[in-house]
Amino acid sequence: MRKRTPLEFYSTPLPGIDCSELQGKLIVIEGPDSIGRSTQVTRLREWLEQHGHAVLDTGMARSALAGKGIQEAKKGNTLGPITMTLYYTTDFADRLENEIVPALRAGFVVLTDRYIFSIMARAIARGEDRAWIERVIGFALVPHKVFYLRAGVKDLVSRVVLGRGHFDYWESGLDLRFGKDMYSSFVKYQARLIRVFDGLSKTYDLEMIDAARPAEEIFHDLQSSISRLFTAQRQLRKIGSGNGSRPALTPVKRRTYNKASSS
Amino acid sequence: MSVLIPNRYQGKLIVVEGIDGSGKSTQLSLLSQWLRSQGYAVAFSEWNSSPLVKQTTRRGKRKEMFTPTTFSLIHATDFADRLEGYIQPLLQAGAIVCADRYAYTAFARDVVRGVSSSWVRNLYRFAIKPNVAFYFRVPLDVALGRILGGRDALKYYEAGMDLDLSRNIEESFRIFQGRILKEYETMAEEMGFHVIDATRSIERQQREMRRILMQEIGDSLREGVLEAPRGTYYAKTYSARVL
Repeated sequence: MRKRTPLEFYSTPLPGIDCSELQGKLIVIEGPDSIGRSTQVTRLREWLEQHGHAVLDTGMARSALAGKGIQEAKKGNTLGPITMTLYYTTDFADRLENEIVPALRAGFVVLTDRYIFSIMARAIARGEDRAWIERVIGFALVPHKVFYLRAGVKDLVSRVVLGRGHFDYWESGLDLRFGKDMYSSFVKYQARLIRVFDGLSKTYDLEMIDAARPAEEIFHDLQSSISRLFTAQRQLRKIGSGNGSRPALTPVKRRTYNKASSS
Repeated sequence: MSVLIPNRYQGKLIVVEGIDGSGKSTQLSLLSQWLRSQGYAVAFSEWNSSPLVKQTTRRGKRKEMFTPTTFSLIHATDFADRLEGYIQPLLQAGAIVCADRYAYTAFARDVVRGVSSSWVRNLYRFAIKPNVAFYFRVPLDVALGRILGGRDALKYYEAGMDLDLSRNIEESFRIFQGRILKEYETMAEEMGFHVIDATRSIERQQREMRRILMQEIGDSLREGVLEAPRGTYYAKTYSARVL
């Protein structure tokens, strides 16, 4: 229950990184477009900071090296699936080495909006070899926790319609034309992505969160799970509210989740 | 563990490899002009030239942002773009594609930079296997003499300055190229390179290349790769000189 798992790499270690130096926590929020990941990240950050944790948040295509290049490439009509996968992998590697690892070294909680699973899912949904991409991206650190915000295609459709108001070219998989028009391509591509994600969930032990519910409920689930993570590591008393029997991170309402914290 | 995909297209892929200053680009350009003069549709692809990726690579180099891993990945991205958008469709169309450097360059350089050799070989697994890969074998000092004399300034990554081999850029370049040379030598057999002795005269190397090329893919060239439309013998003047 209170194993203090040091971070490790999935398969190929990054040159020059000593995992035992990484003291922070790596927490990932995965899930499809417009599922509300960034809302949750913002709230989690606020909550964690209130409890005295330093937080770094990062996300896909935000690297200093490749972020801009990816945005540019997506504007055109020549970006192929393998190129896209590798471009995003470059972006991820740059953030891992220059943001995530230094923050973990400094003891931060790193909250990341998407991780390697979105890159893998998109690649696999586009027909690329799973073993290939798993090996390529195997330099990633195994996070302490990966949440997968899951919803069905119908739900995603209504989110897109009510949210952005139009279907995005890439999120509809139009580069490979999964359907004869934009809507049917979106539906087919997203259904495929969900299947792939469900498969990855099992292999990589992602915690599935039913995202077809109000944001508030999702937030509570995330909070209690993250609380348990900290509790299990017995860091509670150091940074907690001074009450030795309480976990450092108390979900606002559902305190029943913290039974394990009485130690 | 070389697992490139066999070329099942009508077109043919010819690749040159070797350290800087081995003379491979000169030889490839002579070879491609000769093929053009024979009426074949010939295309050319250079390492690190994808329009989608070039800006990112340039920014990374200018600001010295690369680590061994991101350096490796951005070059693979560049390669993927050229393969998906250019090399592969042209091979499908039946063209002869001549590539100045290929995945092997990454196998050599990235490993010298400290990236795992099996990881980088897997990274390029989507690459199409060349029909013929020439490796220009040259002693380090000969190559360095050709490069260091002629060029005004060595660049940071080209000289392997990111590896902290030496503060002196020429010395760093020397050590870096020496290590790359070793990697090439190690993989020459594994990858089935046709080794060209790059200390010989340009003309002699070129004759050797043409002989090997005909021996390897001569039959399929006769049977049908894509030919240039009649009346486009634009490279005839170049071909006469070397033969």
